[in-house]
Amino acid sequence: MRTENQKAWFFVLPVLALVAFNALIPMMTVVNYSVQETFGNNQFFWEGLGWFEQILRSDRFQAALGRQFLFTALILMIEVPLGIIVALSMPRKGFWVPVCLVLMALPMLIPWNVVGSMWNIFTLPQIGLLGYFLNDVLGINYDMTQQPISAWITVVVMDVWHWTSLVVLLCYAGLVSIPDAYYQAAKIDGASPWSVFRYIQLPKMKTVLTIAVLLRFMDSFNIYTEPFVLTGGGPGNSTTLLSIDLVKIALGQFDLGPAAAMSLIYFAITLLVSWVFYTLMTKDDAP
Amino acid sequence: MAQIKLSNLRHSYFPTPKSPEDYALKEIDVTWRDGGAYALLGPSGCGKSTLLNIISGLLMPSEGQILFDGQDVTALPPDQRNIAQVFQFPVIYDTMTVGENLAFPLKNRGVDAATIKRRVDEIAEMLDVTDMLRTKASGLSPDNKQKISMGRGLVRDDVNAVMFDEPLTVIDPHLKWKLRSKLKELHQRVKATMIYVTHDQTEALTFADEVVVMQEGEVVQIGTPVELFERPQHTFVGHFIGSPGMNVLPCEAKGDRAIFEGHDVMLEGPTTGAGGRTDLGIRPEYVGFGNTGIPAHVTKVSDIGRHYVVSAMVGNTALKAVTEHNVPEPGSQIFLQFKPEQSRVYRDGWIATEERA
Repeated sequence: MRTENQKAWFFVLPVLALVAFNALIPMMTVVNYSVQETFGNNQFFWEGLGWFEQILRSDRFQAALGRQFLFTALILMIEVPLGIIVALSMPRKGFWVPVCLVLMALPMLIPWNVVGSMWNIFTLPQIGLLGYFLNDVLGINYDMTQQPISAWITVVVMDVWHWTSLVVLLCYAGLVSIPDAYYQAAKIDGASPWSVFRYIQLPKMKTVLTIAVLLRFMDSFNIYTEPFVLTGGGPGNSTTLLSIDLVKIALGQFDLGPAAAMSLIYFAITLLVSWVFYTLMTKDDAP
Repeated sequence: MAQIKLSNLRHSYFPTPKSPEDYALKEIDVTWRDGGAYALLGPSGCGKSTLLNIISGLLMPSEGQILFDGQDVTALPPDQRNIAQVFQFPVIYDTMTVGENLAFPLKNRGVDAATIKRRVDEIAEMLDVTDMLRTKASGLSPDNKQKISMGRGLVRDDVNAVMFDEPLTVIDPHLKWKLRSKLKELHQRVKATMIYVTHDQTEALTFADEVVVMQEGEVVQIGTPVELFERPQHTFVGHFIGSPGMNVLPCEAKGDRAIFEGHDVMLEGPTTGAGGRTDLGIRPEYVGFGNTGIPAHVTKVSDIGRHYVVSAMVGNTALKAVTEHNVPEPGSQIFLQFKPEQSRVYRDGWIATEERA
């Protein structure tokens, strides 16, 4: 029998330990909570998959999940095309390149809770600059603290403002890596601007665009701070996204079992969607 | 297919060029006949790619005109000039199949499906890529990719000229030769005017009927490969073409002879002009050995397969000679004989002897 050299495992060990401490072990405690009922003085009672069933069946979870998917779909539908358009219209050479890049990067440098506070103050109906302008100058009835539609528009616009830059910068990196010869060849081949986009720019951006969509999906699906600071999940439950609801259950109601089950379901959905998307996007890449 | 005429062409990348140094391309006046194979040869940065981009319409010249069959096309964009260009790095459309790649220029011009199919099949057969028409172009090897980008140029039957911008740069050495002969064969079949830019003299000399040698934005000589070898108009041509290049030896000019290191050298004809720096130019192939002549000291002998390259010193000047037999020993004293009809004087680089009738 051939004996394999097993020394390699020693080299993997440190990484394994690191991952265990920052991911696996904390997650196991969540798994532990998700299958038990617990009371204040460290008493545990076995629940099996009861919490999972309860969460999946609950209207409250389904509604939050629906809102979450709607939010993520909306921001992806806006940020991806908008990001591509902005990246395409940015200069490729010259003085304005660094200016544009810095301007683009600015929103991303602002901490999430600051973004939430900024937009909160900005859009408050009476005192906020935008709120005042919309209501008292344009005469539009806008109040994100009272109307669900206004709140949704504000949350979505805030995310677009905060994160479109990421798509722009990634797409821009993809665009500048295209050699000039491609554009020259396309000119000679008589390609229309649309063909240039469809057959040169889009294929060359595919890899970075996949990453951009993936990052935006994960971040927006797990979003918490910004809408929490802006609307606190309201008015009513209208902007209560999954993570906000999760925190309410876990820390508001202190229902650790259901909260743990919900976290695992939440995590599974994020992982599943990301995996399916990534697999679909890269299945043609094999040489 | 067309005759291409460049008339008083100049180009500068600066908006307001002041001195001649500001021009990437200095005064060019040349006519290329319909269906010819031409090469633009020169070192990197000599302006050959600039010239090519001007002909294809990717660049507007600062001055002068480009005429295709007498028609001024200077202001026309590339797609209206009916030219094709093959770039240094193969350009293919990754998401399309080989067949779709070849059909792309025709599709963009609204050609009907039946004609597209006929032309694509024809070109694919010419390039030996018929069996990969349905495969995705992104997975091809560099030489096949380059074939496809060539094919995209040839697929249109109205092309005035096909330009090649160092097309073999990324191709493996053993495939270079194959692709080069394919190109030559294609030229004979499609009879389009072809312009080939390269810094490799072998590529230029094997491909072209006529070679344009450029240096620092200037055309130094236009001629057949034989002319470039036999009678270089400029020391640069002499040195750039040939292996090893022409010996350029400082000398004094005196009537129909040159004084080189105190020795009299007979020239092909009387010298012309006056002043400037004078050099004696003679190819190593025309330096012979004898019992009399210019005494020299052999410093090195290299066996390069087909022949030997002998490096020798005459006084303080080094020169090279090529020989097939009678190889002298390194360190020995020999006598060199310069073939008079191949000995010329160059004044400030340019030829300054008259050809004897």
